[in-house]
Amino acid sequence: MQLVAERLSGERGGEMLFSGLNFTIRSGEALLVTGPNGIGKSTLLRIAAGLLRPAEGALHLEGKSAEYDSLGSASHFLGHLNAMKPALTLEENLHFWQSFCGIGKRTVLHALEMVGLADIGHLPFGYLSTGQKRRASIARLLVSDRPVWLLDEPTAGLDKDSEAQFSEFMQAHLADGGIVMAATHLPLGLPHSRELTLGAFV
Amino acid sequence: MGALFIRDARLGLRAGGGALVGILFFLAVIAVVPFGVGPDLKLLARIGAAMLWIGALLATLLGLDRLFQADRDDGSLDILIMASDRHMLTLTVLVKCLAHWTVSVLPLVVAAPLLGLFMNMEPVAIAATTLTLLVGTPAITLIGAVGAAVAVSLPRGGLLVSVIVLPLTIPVLIFGVSASYGAIEDPAPFLAPFLILGAITLFFSVLGPWAAAAALKSSTD
Repeated sequence: MQLVAERLSGERGGEMLFSGLNFTIRSGEALLVTGPNGIGKSTLLRIAAGLLRPAEGALHLEGKSAEYDSLGSASHFLGHLNAMKPALTLEENLHFWQSFCGIGKRTVLHALEMVGLADIGHLPFGYLSTGQKRRASIARLLVSDRPVWLLDEPTAGLDKDSEAQFSEFMQAHLADGGIVMAATHLPLGLPHSRELTLGAFV
Repeated sequence: MGALFIRDARLGLRAGGGALVGILFFLAVIAVVPFGVGPDLKLLARIGAAMLWIGALLATLLGLDRLFQADRDDGSLDILIMASDRHMLTLTVLVKCLAHWTVSVLPLVVAAPLLGLFMNMEPVAIAATTLTLLVGTPAITLIGAVGAAVAVSLPRGGLLVSVIVLPLTIPVLIFGVSASYGAIEDPAPFLAPFLILGAITLFFSVLGPWAAAAALKSSTD
């Protein structure tokens, strides 16, 4: 399985951000998208998720299992927003996403234990701190199985320990044959990752 | 899909969900009408069905703007749209509308008989109005979903949703009220406008979610 971008161009508000991008991410590989603010990292990830249309070119998943129709449906997307309801408890939020996105290998309780939030699963999501909220939305990636993880600044708000923990989750995902594509400014602690630096488009 | 229904219903009922706001608004509108119209019981009975319908229509429109905006604000909408190969987005929208109707609009229908008493309506008229509200209000929610989807990316789209949606709900109001009058006034038919009302609801249960899903798909910037 591999994620292939061919002559990919992206625009935002009529302005071309990047153009002619070619890359391939194979199973077990991670691609870190770096570059200054406003250069189009998030746009690239949203195009990969199928939330935005590329201006030119295409991005697709080759050799995927028949379970997934498109790259978007084979992907977990972790954006700037946590996609959790403040009025519902952590467990209710995760149970909902698990039954909506498909039941994976881990139970909600197990995922909460992995991110270290098992003892506060009964609290409304709105009561959590920024870092805890981020860890909760990382737990969302763990409760349903997707071969591709699209991560936009995944470690924003996390402390050192949680960063290391998240890096372990990503390595386990890669060892399972998964694909990670992350926009980040910080090193994510992945030993075999490649870097794609977006530069100013001229 | 069941999980989505349960989640949205829970959110509506929890604090700040807005399910109570609609019913309080409905109560306020109907309670004020007799003071404005005056103590003419015959007149109140005559305009009762129309007032209940107008009150219910406005109360239904009140909470509609948050239908998709709440999901957009916290990023859930992106994931609902990404899952559209798994769960067709049209169906997702329909389930969200159903949950919204059950939590925010069904209580209005349940309260309508009580408020009908305020308007000095006959039992038959109350029953007919409640029945037409039960059949007609889903259409308002489903039409409103289109407006809510179109205005989802606007920061203060609330009023805009009402302005977009209101003209489209006029047929629902017309047939709802005329069916209610048909039940008490002899020459006027009940069944014909009532069936048309049902047809409008069925029509928009297909067209509304489809159009709202199309609008949501193009709103993901």
